[in-house]
Amino acid sequence: MLSRKSEVLQVLRVVDIYKHFGGIKAVNGAEFSVKKGEIVALIGPNGAGKTTVFNCITGFIQIDKGRIFFEGEDITNKRPEKIASMGLARTFQIIRLFPKMTVLENMMIAMRDQYEGLHHVFFSRKKMMEKQKEAEEKAIELLEFVGLEAKEDELAMNLSYGQQKLLEIAKTIATDAEFLMFDEPAAGVNLTMLKKISGLLKKLKEQGKTILFVEHNMEFVMNMADKVVVLDHGDEIAIGTPKQIKGNKKVIDAYLGGVQC
Amino acid sequence: MDYFIHIAILICIYIILAVSLNLIIGFTGQLNIGHAAFYGIGAYAAALLALSGQPFWLGLLAAMFFAGLGGLLISVPCLRLRGDYLAIATLGFGEIIRALMKNWTSLTRGPLGLPGIPSIEIFGITFSQPWQFLIIAALIAVIVVFLIRRMIKAPFGRVLRSIREDEIASQSLGKKIINYKVIAVVIGAMFAGVAGSLYAHYISFIDPTTFTLQETILMLCMVVLGGLGSIRGSIIGAALLIIIPEPLRFLSLPSSAAAALRQMLYAIILILIMLYRPQGLLGERRYTRNSNAVKKKRGVASA
Repeated sequence: MLSRKSEVLQVLRVVDIYKHFGGIKAVNGAEFSVKKGEIVALIGPNGAGKTTVFNCITGFIQIDKGRIFFEGEDITNKRPEKIASMGLARTFQIIRLFPKMTVLENMMIAMRDQYEGLHHVFFSRKKMMEKQKEAEEKAIELLEFVGLEAKEDELAMNLSYGQQKLLEIAKTIATDAEFLMFDEPAAGVNLTMLKKISGLLKKLKEQGKTILFVEHNMEFVMNMADKVVVLDHGDEIAIGTPKQIKGNKKVIDAYLGGVQC
Repeated sequence: MDYFIHIAILICIYIILAVSLNLIIGFTGQLNIGHAAFYGIGAYAAALLALSGQPFWLGLLAAMFFAGLGGLLISVPCLRLRGDYLAIATLGFGEIIRALMKNWTSLTRGPLGLPGIPSIEIFGITFSQPWQFLIIAALIAVIVVFLIRRMIKAPFGRVLRSIREDEIASQSLGKKIINYKVIAVVIGAMFAGVAGSLYAHYISFIDPTTFTLQETILMLCMVVLGGLGSIRGSIIGAALLIIIPEPLRFLSLPSSAAAALRQMLYAIILILIMLYRPQGLLGERRYTRNSNAVKKKRGVASA
């Protein structure tokens, strides 16, 4: 009974996963979990396997060994669209929007239950149109929430880099997913945008969302995260609060290239 | 007069072809260079049924069915893979279908073609006059354009465009992209089959030389000229590329030179478009919101 309860509390559980590309051990026994309502940062030096872990969790890369659980359910090597539809939304390290679609459309396509089947075009047209209007209204509310409402009719490709990052985050919110994964949300943006993004993440946490993110900006990590998972050579070398991680010798060695004893 | 009606009928047929090809290439982003094969399957299916005395509508349904089946066969294995496999597979498929038409002589009479295809007859009325045929062709073209427009404007079409824009992002939002891609190819192929059926009944003779790669290139030119992802563009592109080469007929050139000149003309148009207007004559239209309610509400809030 007790174990069952703890499973429910854990939104994500990654158990000893492995992914090798030829001789490269991209992920080599990583193991960590994310509790409901937590903001967890995944950090590590370049090439530590952070993005690969993201891709493994979201089904874009098939793992060789290990198990991944999402809200108690085994999602190991399931198809990306299946995992996404279970209520997990993500952004990408390289921004992936739909460039030649408007900002509003980018938001609307992220939403669920939009009558996207072909049969709806002909057999439930009225309901479909109603749903469209609802989606538009919700999209605009969310755009206001992130501060992009003035851009609704702009093509996504015409937004600035920072605005594109915001839109990507807004899209994950539009999916109504309870668990959000951001791959370097603060990379390459200016200070104003950085503050905006961190404010956004905090608001999302207040709303009860669970967040896992990868980030190199240590100040951002230390400010935002409840828990930090440090990866090196595809394996977790330390898990703890930002404070604990700061003083961890293994972590310092991994970053500065020291010899582990 | 009949000459102009002839041109108009051809334009109707090519509008169907260009718009259906645009659904696959322009909206879903799947490079299909075997559209003439679906066109040909439709033409042969309709012709064979008509010659065996079946009514027009049955031939039309068969044309759609077999062309759609072709689309299904080719897309299911290819679209599971990422990248341009579909382009190569459809290219090969086009050649296979052409070879079949040529060599399956017991069914298609091979290079001799199928002559004497009767004209369209609906409810006992025969549409044998060109102007009568034009009415049917225009009506069917309008229906096809209407149906495809509906699909494109619906959330269904939005998913198709998202696949064109970024498959991975679309997947990460939970879209079953393989299903959508297959559906788009099958529907595009079915409508090409419709065009084939019209063509067979109109010309009353078909042979394998009509359904070649060159024919696909012509359709591609129409789509690119008008604009990828623009239905109006495809209509205009089809009309222009049928009309523009027509004056060549009056130059009293030897027929071999005229055909070559036609091809060159297409190439020149395509190159010019690529250089000066890559988005086509009409670019893709932006999405416009259905509800004004929100805008008003915001206006009040900010006031």
